[in-house]
Amino acid sequence: MMTGHASANPEAIVTRQLVGFIDHLRGNDFAVGPKEAQDSLAVLEAIGPCPSRRAAQALRPLLACCQHDWERFDALFEAYWFTSGTVRQSLKPESQAQNTPGTRPNIWSKHLGEQTGPPLEGPQAGSSAGASSDNEAQTPVLASDETPLRAADLRALVTPEEMAAAEKVAFKLARALRYRLSRRFRNKASGRRLNLRRTIRASVSKGGSPATLVYRARHNEPVRIVVLLDVSGSMKSYARFYLQFVRGLLGTWIEADAYLFHTRLVRVTDALREHDTMKAMTRLALMAEGFGGGTKLAECLTTFNKHHAKRALNSRSVVIILSDGYDKDEPEHLAKALARLKTRVRRLVWLNPMLGWDDYEPVTRSMKAAMPYIDHFAEANTLDSLAAIEPDLARL
Amino acid sequence: MIPLEELKALLAGQHYVVDDATATAMQLTLHLGRPLLLEGEAGVGKTEIAKALASALNTKLIRLQCYEGLDANTAIYEWNYQRQLLAIKVHEHTGESTEEIESHIFSEDYLLRRPLLEAISQDAPPVLLIDEIDRADMEFEAYLLEVLSDFQISIPELGTLTAKARPHVILTSNGTRELSDALRRRCLYNFVDYPDPDREVAILQARMPEIDAVLAGQIARFVRSLRKEDLEKVPGVAETLDWAAALLAMKITDLPADMQKLQATLICLLKTERDLKSVTSEVSDRLAGAAA
Repeated sequence: MMTGHASANPEAIVTRQLVGFIDHLRGNDFAVGPKEAQDSLAVLEAIGPCPSRRAAQALRPLLACCQHDWERFDALFEAYWFTSGTVRQSLKPESQAQNTPGTRPNIWSKHLGEQTGPPLEGPQAGSSAGASSDNEAQTPVLASDETPLRAADLRALVTPEEMAAAEKVAFKLARALRYRLSRRFRNKASGRRLNLRRTIRASVSKGGSPATLVYRARHNEPVRIVVLLDVSGSMKSYARFYLQFVRGLLGTWIEADAYLFHTRLVRVTDALREHDTMKAMTRLALMAEGFGGGTKLAECLTTFNKHHAKRALNSRSVVIILSDGYDKDEPEHLAKALARLKTRVRRLVWLNPMLGWDDYEPVTRSMKAAMPYIDHFAEANTLDSLAAIEPDLARL
Repeated sequence: MIPLEELKALLAGQHYVVDDATATAMQLTLHLGRPLLLEGEAGVGKTEIAKALASALNTKLIRLQCYEGLDANTAIYEWNYQRQLLAIKVHEHTGESTEEIESHIFSEDYLLRRPLLEAISQDAPPVLLIDEIDRADMEFEAYLLEVLSDFQISIPELGTLTAKARPHVILTSNGTRELSDALRRRCLYNFVDYPDPDREVAILQARMPEIDAVLAGQIARFVRSLRKEDLEKVPGVAETLDWAAALLAMKITDLPADMQKLQATLICLLKTERDLKSVTSEVSDRLAGAAA
């Protein structure tokens, strides 16, 4: 009698099952609050019991809140109501795995550190650059005495102080790109347009004579920065520094978005925003599976155009590509992808670490194909060279 | 709750053909009183849903078109400055105190109602369409959240105005900007996809009763396969309707019959130079052949 009490009441069963279902959705990254749970009960009351096609149809607009949720709702519904357990596991997104604590530093250094044991050998980019730079990374490039840090080739940067310096430079660069006039008006003493509302309010006490004038002006709005970072084999020794650089950008910038690419494109903004550096880097390492492999620059840019550009870019965007331009795809593809990208952004900046090398000319076929679409092309293999592009960016 | 079939019939009466998923979402919006967020590509008929709903419910449609830089003055209310200035001048000689004048010129008579305020001051619940919310900026979205949760607007000079009748709110978005989670949470969500050929035929017949059923089928299948091509701007339902009208006007009754004419009418469907070039006569020949 006592044990059967809950199950004897049909209403309680419905509620319990529904709560279970909502829990199941939450486990799959749905944002469902108590209000939605309450509303779902009301809906089921009006529509009829779960599970039915009709119930799924009615719960979907209530519990899903973006296209991604919308598309997998039916599968999740089915998994919960018709098969228990087995299907659920496979539907869990990868992000669950990324949160697992544990051997973070290890995972991280395995992917990016120079002192790795067996490196993840993917296919190397179409040159010997990847292999040779690995060796060079062990020996710091010559640096003059007064600015040992800034002139050192970035491949040699390892200590926390150096990384902090990298973040600082990133911040400076971001500031140079910072503002664009917005279409919104704010009160401003030096403005040229009248704020009539305030002016009239002030004039009431003066018999309607607008003695005190309040002005307004357009105000500055931050630009949106989107960074595409190449982490393929040929960029391996720079990847770590650049990641820190990108993290610096994201940390100071609300409107920034970051992507990594090698043979695939991965969005890493959320991972990089993580406050705990180690945690951030671990998540990143897991996301960037295939670090140090080859590059499919054109394909990744095409993916970006197709799936991310619409959402990530607006008329106030600056796209920064950090890559050496070694690409396995045909240069025509790259040109096409860049042309498409160019129509969506305000400025396209390409930072190439190889450009800083003494004997390097942007002669790879891909780089040649890309040149016409780039607004600013600069070297970026030392902190100095990065800092040097700041005035140029300010002018863009 | 209004039955599904009844709602569909009501909308069909407004020449709007709706699928079950969208109809259910609208049903819930009416039942729960929560805003409905419609997302989908441009041209799938998101805005039309709101229009159809308003005329089906025989109520007022209030539309707020969003854009970057949209501010409170254009979305909510503004004071009528010219009238206020005049009133101050007039009252100057009556010897009224400053406070009296102030309370006079900041009364509802001097208020210009913009869409949001307009929507909450109706006696019967209107349909409030907030179009292309993704074009507005974050600041406006934040403000909208407040309005959508309480349906009240605070005007410093007047106090808080609360909705007499809760409007049915429909928001649309093309996804040019990611919306905040807070806004998404507050809304019911419906992703509007391009219609399947059957529904597109039904739409064609609802909007153009004079169209031949065979031609309508051909058009729907042609457009469906065209959407699968690699295009910059995929044609929406509005484009299909335009195209059908063009075909009717040019007296084309069978798609593959006159390919040259057909090719010329493609400008109704393809809206960029690259798309027009990529759909060559061979491509349209193949598509028309498959559609026939």
